Amino acid sequence: MSIAWYLSVSAIVFCTGAFGVMTRRNPLVVLLCLELMLNGANLALIAFSRMWGNGDGQILAIVVMIVAACEVCIGLGMIVAIHRRHLPIDVDELRELQG
Amino acid sequence: VSTTTFGWLVLLFPLLGTVVIGAGFRVFSVPARTAGWIGTGAIFLSFLAALGALISLQGHSAEHRQLVSSLWEYASTAGIDAQMSILLDPLSVFMILVVTGVSTMIHLYSVSYLDRDRGFARYFSYLNFFVFSMLLLVLAGNFLLLIVGWAFVGAASYLLISFWYRRTTATTAGIKAFVINVVGDVGLVLGTYFLFKHTGTLDFLQAFKQAPNVFTSGEADVVAGCLLLLVGAFAKSAQIPLHTWLPDAMEGPTPVSALIHAATMVTAGVYLIARMHPFFELAPAAQDVGAAIGCATLVIAATIALTQTDIKRVIAYSTMSQIGYMIMGVSVGAYAAGMFHLMTHAFFKALLFMAAGSIIGAMAGEQSLDRMKGFRRALPFTFACFLIGGLALSGIPPFSGFFSKDDILLVTGELGGWHWALYALGYLGAFMTAIYTFRMIFRAFYGGEPVPEATELEHGHPHHALQPTNPATGEVEDTDVGFPGPVHAIAERALPMKVAMSVLAVGAVGAGLIQIPEVDSVVEKFLAPSFVGSSLYTVHTKNGVLVLGLILGTLLGLAGIAIAWRIWGRQTDIPALLRARFSAAYSLSFHKWYFDEAIDFAVVRPARAFGSFAASTFEPGFVEGTLIGGATSIVRAGSASVRAIQTGLLRYYAALLLLGVAGLGLYFLLQT
Repeated sequence: MSIAWYLSVSAIVFCTGAFGVMTRRNPLVVLLCLELMLNGANLALIAFSRMWGNGDGQILAIVVMIVAACEVCIGLGMIVAIHRRHLPIDVDELRELQG
Repeated sequence: VSTTTFGWLVLLFPLLGTVVIGAGFRVFSVPARTAGWIGTGAIFLSFLAALGALISLQGHSAEHRQLVSSLWEYASTAGIDAQMSILLDPLSVFMILVVTGVSTMIHLYSVSYLDRDRGFARYFSYLNFFVFSMLLLVLAGNFLLLIVGWAFVGAASYLLISFWYRRTTATTAGIKAFVINVVGDVGLVLGTYFLFKHTGTLDFLQAFKQAPNVFTSGEADVVAGCLLLLVGAFAKSAQIPLHTWLPDAMEGPTPVSALIHAATMVTAGVYLIARMHPFFELAPAAQDVGAAIGCATLVIAATIALTQTDIKRVIAYSTMSQIGYMIMGVSVGAYAAGMFHLMTHAFFKALLFMAAGSIIGAMAGEQSLDRMKGFRRALPFTFACFLIGGLALSGIPPFSGFFSKDDILLVTGELGGWHWALYALGYLGAFMTAIYTFRMIFRAFYGGEPVPEATELEHGHPHHALQPTNPATGEVEDTDVGFPGPVHAIAERALPMKVAMSVLAVGAVGAGLIQIPEVDSVVEKFLAPSFVGSSLYTVHTKNGVLVLGLILGTLLGLAGIAIAWRIWGRQTDIPALLRARFSAAYSLSFHKWYFDEAIDFAVVRPARAFGSFAASTFEPGFVEGTLIGGATSIVRAGSASVRAIQTGLLRYYAALLLLGVAGLGLYFLLQT
């Protein structure tokens, strides 16, 4: 099967994620969409890895997974903290860093 | 021990003295005078090392008497070869001997003279630093170190002139000296640049060797370089028009005047010209300028000294005048004579300053000749010293000044041409020298009935002022730190002062005998290895000029003394009559030829006017409005536009990020 198919799927998944990050307001969904983007990238990595026939891409994919895990940990922790302080669970409302 | 090791030791002792006294001033001021003895000892050791250098230098053969020693490389980049190096040759050894010898006596004198001053330890730390700077200047083996020593001397003179720092007159005098000296520093640095540009080396000996190869005689760059060096020499040696700091510098303690204005600092310009003779001989125009300015200074300073009433200022103007002789001498190629006069002058001028200090002590700080009269019985020792110094200064045989001054004028006359004018003016100056010197002596020691201060002293009661005052302004002063101390010293009652003055008196009487023309040219023979390449350094042929000069000098000196006796010897109204008869000349002389006023008008006022103009118009409009205001508003506008991006909206950031990455990706895709 041509690599193009894999890359197409990867691009669709990535774009779905990106679209979600930009349009959704619930931080939980934003995090979910981020995961989608990361996994879209992982898909592309593994596809390339197969194409070249060596394991570099797969290793990189594992690294990305670790990064994703860390990111989820921090992200979820922040969401819990926001909830505890009775702040709105809405990324548009949380804009204190405005310049 | 090698010759150069002695040279380093000469430098080391005063530096150690400075640091030890300066760092331990609390410790060393507890048993009184400790700091003074440390300071004196350091300079004395330095003098011994200088003697060692002399002996060891004479052990070399004449062609090998120029020794360089380098401790480390100072900077070696882009064609600059600055070393931490000293040069020991007859010229520098001669200078270190004079400097350390006379300085030792001045330190000894100061031990008594500033005994009760609260700044005693500070004083000796400064004094040692001054001597160190001067020795560094003299021993420097390259232009860089010379400039360093040159600037150190300026700084040290500032510290010493402003030593009584609560006196406004002293601090302004110190600032004036420093500012004028910095003008000289700039001249020296720029002059060095002009010479370095062609020779390509900072090292003296190499530069001198290069000089005839890279410069043709009278070439523009070597003339410009030498003229700029002359600016430096004029500022340090108080030559017209950069001389106004010297009389004002009399605000410092009297031993400081003796140190700075007799033996060391003011002779630096003479030394510089003698040291740079390979360049000056290639720049006849610069030599002529030096000779003419020296001659003008010696005449003008002598006329000013005729009417001044402050005893120290009279001596200061006479110093200017004598330095004028030296500058003229070394500028016309009379190097040995100039250096010889430098040495004899160091002796008798330091002696005169010390004797003046003793009178000032007897007058409890008062310096005006108008208030002094008839001190000869009250101060017999001081009188004897003053007389010896005065006879030497006036050039009466066989005192030292007689031989050295005539030596300079002899060489000048032998050159012929327009130098005859210098020769004649030189003797006119000598004549006036005798008049003003003995005017000072007769007014202070004769002149009728002794003043109350003198009578009291004859009965064994030194005068004490009821309230200490500033002699220049009459302001009442404290005797606390920063002001003169409460007790004034006179030589008759202080052994160290007596010893110092006696030694110098011996020098003032006898030093001339080492270079009697046609008999024993010791100085000339000794210095010869330093001037090997010089076309002007020759043992002079005798002709009628020699005898003529000696007779003329003696007669003029005696005539001057006779005139001074006639006018000021007794209480007469001749001075008043003369003042009335020659009122224009008198006021020109009394107002010091209006040099201060002229400089004030030509430099100070325009600078001040420009300053206030800049402060009132330029600064608010351009600096604050355009430069500072413009810069801040640009930053403010820039940050406002950048701030607008920071919305705080997470999704917006994400979109920007994606757009950025997409843009980058697109760019790279299009690239391939």
